[in-house]
Amino acid sequence: MPTFTRTMGLRGLLKENRERILNNWFEAIINTYPEETVKFLKNTKDKFHNPVGQTIKEGIEGILNELIGEGETDKITPFLDRIIRVRAIQDFTPSEAVAFIFKLKEIVRAELNSQALQNEELRWFDNKIDELALKTFDIYMSCREKIYELRATELRNWTYKLLERANLLAEGEDNFKIK
Amino acid sequence: MSKQAKPPKPDELAKSIDYKPPKTNWMETPVEFKPGTYCYGARPKYLEAVEMPNPREWSPADEDWKLPENWKEIVLEGMQDRLGKYRSYKLFMDICVRCGACADKCHFFIGSGDPKNMPVLRAELMRSVYRKYFTTGGKFFGKAAGARELTEDVIKEWWYYYYQCTECRRCSVFCPYGIDTAEITIMGRELTNLLGLQTDWIGGPVANCYHKGNHLGLEPHTIQSNIEMMCDDIEEITGIRIEPTFNRKGAEILFVTPSGDLFGLPGVYTCMGYLMLFHELGLDYTWSTYASEGGNFGFFTSNEMAKKLHYKIYAEAKRLGVKWILGGECGHMWRLVHQYLNTWWGPPDFLEVPKSPITGTVFEHAKSTKMVHVAEFTADLIRHGKIKLDPSRNDHLKVTFHDSCNTSRGMGIFEEPRYVLKHVVNHFYEMPENTIREKTFCCGSGSGLNAGENMELRMRGGFPRANAVRYVNEKYGVNMLANICAIDRAALTTLMQYWVPEVDVCGLHELVGNALVMTGEKKRTMDLRLEPLPGVEEEEEEE
Repeated sequence: MPTFTRTMGLRGLLKENRERILNNWFEAIINTYPEETVKFLKNTKDKFHNPVGQTIKEGIEGILNELIGEGETDKITPFLDRIIRVRAIQDFTPSEAVAFIFKLKEIVRAELNSQALQNEELRWFDNKIDELALKTFDIYMSCREKIYELRATELRNWTYKLLERANLLAEGEDNFKIK
Repeated sequence: MSKQAKPPKPDELAKSIDYKPPKTNWMETPVEFKPGTYCYGARPKYLEAVEMPNPREWSPADEDWKLPENWKEIVLEGMQDRLGKYRSYKLFMDICVRCGACADKCHFFIGSGDPKNMPVLRAELMRSVYRKYFTTGGKFFGKAAGARELTEDVIKEWWYYYYQCTECRRCSVFCPYGIDTAEITIMGRELTNLLGLQTDWIGGPVANCYHKGNHLGLEPHTIQSNIEMMCDDIEEITGIRIEPTFNRKGAEILFVTPSGDLFGLPGVYTCMGYLMLFHELGLDYTWSTYASEGGNFGFFTSNEMAKKLHYKIYAEAKRLGVKWILGGECGHMWRLVHQYLNTWWGPPDFLEVPKSPITGTVFEHAKSTKMVHVAEFTADLIRHGKIKLDPSRNDHLKVTFHDSCNTSRGMGIFEEPRYVLKHVVNHFYEMPENTIREKTFCCGSGSGLNAGENMELRMRGGFPRANAVRYVNEKYGVNMLANICAIDRAALTTLMQYWVPEVDVCGLHELVGNALVMTGEKKRTMDLRLEPLPGVEEEEEEE
């Protein structure tokens, strides 16, 4: 498999330094939250008590594992989605919400001795992160669009029977039949 | 309980040294009103309708909130008055030792990461003002004693955070002193309402309830025809025509449910379940088009307003001459019945201790309120084998149960809905232990926060609940989230669509209605949503 040969060195290094990379990446993301909250997000291990911290943790683990593996964008997307879905409704600007993916470039460069890598491998990695970054925009936008859609749907559901009674709902096959 | 904070290690300390200017202390960090996190200000007509102070057009995002000139005096007098009236308020202002046990228990803190959503800090927003004006230490030592001046920025901060608390009381479960932080929010809302700082989403239902008896201001004929439309659907599904009665004097029982069950989705399906069950039992009951709302947004306004709106249920019971009241699947209606009714008026003396006409069970626990929860009523029917059920009609559903804050923490209903569920469905799975029963996570939209404009906030607050649902969805394939509260039915539906779209939401009695085998019914091919029952069509084709 050509991809395997090309990125073996990089992947080997990512695997070897997996824990350190994850810790640094996790820390960098968690530090975007207010100081008083960081300790809770970092140290509370129960995933039901600390869903934000644990979702981020599981998300970045999933992303890195896939990068160590085949690096297929489609397989990485669900993990990106989990993290962005949380940050899209928190107190972040759009760029702050998705910046975490670029952090990985920085962290990997700091952790790995780039001399040990061929330029080609680094280029592959950079391109991959850029590709994932484009994905994060799509996901962020779909989360925001969902919020607006929910507002509209909820309003309709709230008074559904009243609208139905007033014949204000145009849906269902019956509406297209000539009575 | 939270673990004790550990002192930092040397390398952690070294890392923490930087040359950036320090962040401002929480007391000096004013609130920023970001769209999506707050509700709109109430329109003047709603305040005028119930004679609340300072009606005017205003928006929380405006710099000028158009407060009355003597606003400070009004708030401080309001505090003084309440500190004298409510012993709990005085106690809760004084006794917190800031142990932090509550800090990480709030769904809004967990979901937003905003430290001012820690219950201890949310309470501190008010305690700091209390210290300044009502304690000797605070008067003399000011900030050193944790005291601060009351300013317009403080009022804005109160308003912002007291409308980011759903009064769910999860934090109070963990407080070693038993401080009920919801009561501090309740006081925060009372005090800001003295200045005309109501939200539109609460103000509208309050005004409508006061004049028409329900949140949308529906008039009697509308309520009646809505219920009759549901009866049309029931006839289509079962072949049975139900003819409920309205405002009937001399009925044995008055039935009251939140108006969300009368016209909202998926509440109407729950309502169809009630109608079918009562018909099958031949229950001597009546609907009221006046006591047409179990919900009471007065509770999110002030004690006086809650009291004013709540009494219609009992006044109507008296007018109709019923023996007792049966209540539907509602949240805060039950908290008011259970925790406030007797303080307001004492036990009603014109009603009888509720006794099920079907099983003969006397509901002793409702001796003073004379009002029985429909989940208790149905659980008792099942216990005595009085209804025939076919749970296989719900076989396409894998169900989990969300304990509503008000019925679980507010009155201890844990087992009855589960008992009913286990008889009407074959696939029931619990969410993790620290997210259910008394530790249940709020839907994030209670206490009048279920507006549309604060959707981001609601998604944050509801995340811990959704996260636990996602777990049972992934582990067991759960696809239905049952509950016994009208706000839950509406809010969780939206919450699921954002976080776990594979899961739908229903009321307990929708599942009862599906499983209920009615005398003389035709073969069921549809569920209460008029959707085909899986398996039935194939069966028919084979036949």
